[in-house]
Amino acid sequence: MTAIPTNQVCFRTLGHDAPSSLATYESLGGYQVWRRILKEKTPPEEIVEVLKLSMLRGRGGAGFPTGLKWSFVPRTSPGQKYVVCNSDESEPGTFKDRDIMRYNPHQMIEGMAIAGYVMGATVGYNYMRGEFIEPFESCERALKDARESGLLGDNILGSGIDFDMHNHLGAGAYICGEETALLESLEGKKGMPRFKPPFPANYGLYGRPTNVNNTESYASVPIILEKGGQWFLDLGKPNNGGMKIFSVSGHVNKPGNYEVPLGTPFKDLLAMAGGVRDGNRLKAVIPGGSSVPVLPADIILKTDMDYDSLDKAGSMLGAGSVIVMDETTCMVKVLARIAHFYFEESCGQCTPCREGTGWLSRVIHRIEAGEGKLEYLDLLGDVSNKIMGRTICALGDAAAMPVISFIKHFREEFAYHIEHKKCLVENRS
Amino acid sequence: MAKIDLLSSEVRAEIDKWIAKYPAEKKRSAVVGALTAVQDAHGGSLTPALMEAVAEYLDLPPIAVLEVASFYTLYDLKPVGQHKIYLCTNVSCMLCGSDQIAEHLKERLGIGFGETTADGKFTLKEVECLAACAGAPMMQVDKTYHENLTRERVDDILAEFD
Repeated sequence: MTAIPTNQVCFRTLGHDAPSSLATYESLGGYQVWRRILKEKTPPEEIVEVLKLSMLRGRGGAGFPTGLKWSFVPRTSPGQKYVVCNSDESEPGTFKDRDIMRYNPHQMIEGMAIAGYVMGATVGYNYMRGEFIEPFESCERALKDARESGLLGDNILGSGIDFDMHNHLGAGAYICGEETALLESLEGKKGMPRFKPPFPANYGLYGRPTNVNNTESYASVPIILEKGGQWFLDLGKPNNGGMKIFSVSGHVNKPGNYEVPLGTPFKDLLAMAGGVRDGNRLKAVIPGGSSVPVLPADIILKTDMDYDSLDKAGSMLGAGSVIVMDETTCMVKVLARIAHFYFEESCGQCTPCREGTGWLSRVIHRIEAGEGKLEYLDLLGDVSNKIMGRTICALGDAAAMPVISFIKHFREEFAYHIEHKKCLVENRS
Repeated sequence: MAKIDLLSSEVRAEIDKWIAKYPAEKKRSAVVGALTAVQDAHGGSLTPALMEAVAEYLDLPPIAVLEVASFYTLYDLKPVGQHKIYLCTNVSCMLCGSDQIAEHLKERLGIGFGETTADGKFTLKEVECLAACAGAPMMQVDKTYHENLTRERVDDILAEFD
């Protein structure tokens, strides 16, 4: 295996002293793009074109092209507009934004400032989940330093351009990672998703045009504008620009965040993460966070880690949260845990999700407890299909997709568990 | 006594920091930060009187505050121990042995999930993924993350509170 380049985008401060400091960030070229924009008043359309060329796609899970998203906000409409950063990071298996904010918060801030300039917004909010005390403190320090250096505020560096932003803490709710639930939460309400349309680009925070991107998306922007859209695109592959941080966890020897080119073969990513623990055999991988379809070893070992390849393989890149499971894993137990999660976190607004997630969780727990019947497998598929596509937000789909995929790929294991009232796996982990 | 008098000057200063982040007419955005500040200053849980105090301070109807307090998992509406232990048992932690850590914590503390020790020192909670899966299994004690847990490591962490 040839050496895979790493840490060239959001993690470029890693390996340097005081990676989160303003001095370190600036020594690596940080805020140069922002200074240039302030000085030259780069036409916003030009910035959007570079982002479109780069094929930066939303790093929070949906994979929507960021440049295109930015072009939706009616820049010239009068009144306040907002840029909001989604640092809720609650999808099980995801832990990259926490590290961006701990080790390179300025790059996210610079990305948000640029977004504010492009959209004519003078205020930004970085919404972090309530448990993120350490990232919050890191971002507060970074904001203070950026303000004191005159990089944020009114009439920044004499440019006549205003932009300031604030760090916001939530209080514990997976659903707040859904962008409209996040906006409700930011307004001081229960985090319940809104009907769309209207989309946040037209009716967002406080009813004003708002752009919401993930932390990693914003943090990718400054270096794209510094080195060019083509440079970023070439880091990855066509339609899948750049590097992406993969959060690798579960049964690997070296769990952690790996920022590698999109299109990196899974087997190489697995090798970087030290391989499967104890020399065990790989059984299955959830490649994008607990809501995306699971893939068995034989499929994932032949798959490259990018949006299009994972889509073709029957799963999704999601937030790049790679959960690795070895041969000791009981798939029934894992699915029971996942189903419990979505039941716990359903906000209760839509009946198919509120009731359906409870059904899924209870039926799978019955199987896990040795009280299952073979017809439950079809029942689970039926309930899942009645949730999919019938809810306001994607939590319903997120609850259904794991169930459908676990049973599709591991039906025999579920059937064994039902018939024998125990795991197929001996000494399961 | 007006409920608002329950809020100390320190708590008010903390709430004011949150209020300052949002547009003047959007004080409601500060409710999440305000409830956290009030809960932290009052033994880790929220009473109806405290929620009404927050409502008065932010010019909100009390129901708007209760809705938020009852929606988010980090608020406790019943008394809790001096320290809260949040153990993650979601997939990545489970794959790395959170069952054993849960068992150990329950045995050491003599309580189950959602319960408080008799001496009022610890409340143990089972929580969903806290975004630190590289250090699985992990838990949060009060505001601090502890990763790569083993039984021994858990004992050391608990000993810090002796």
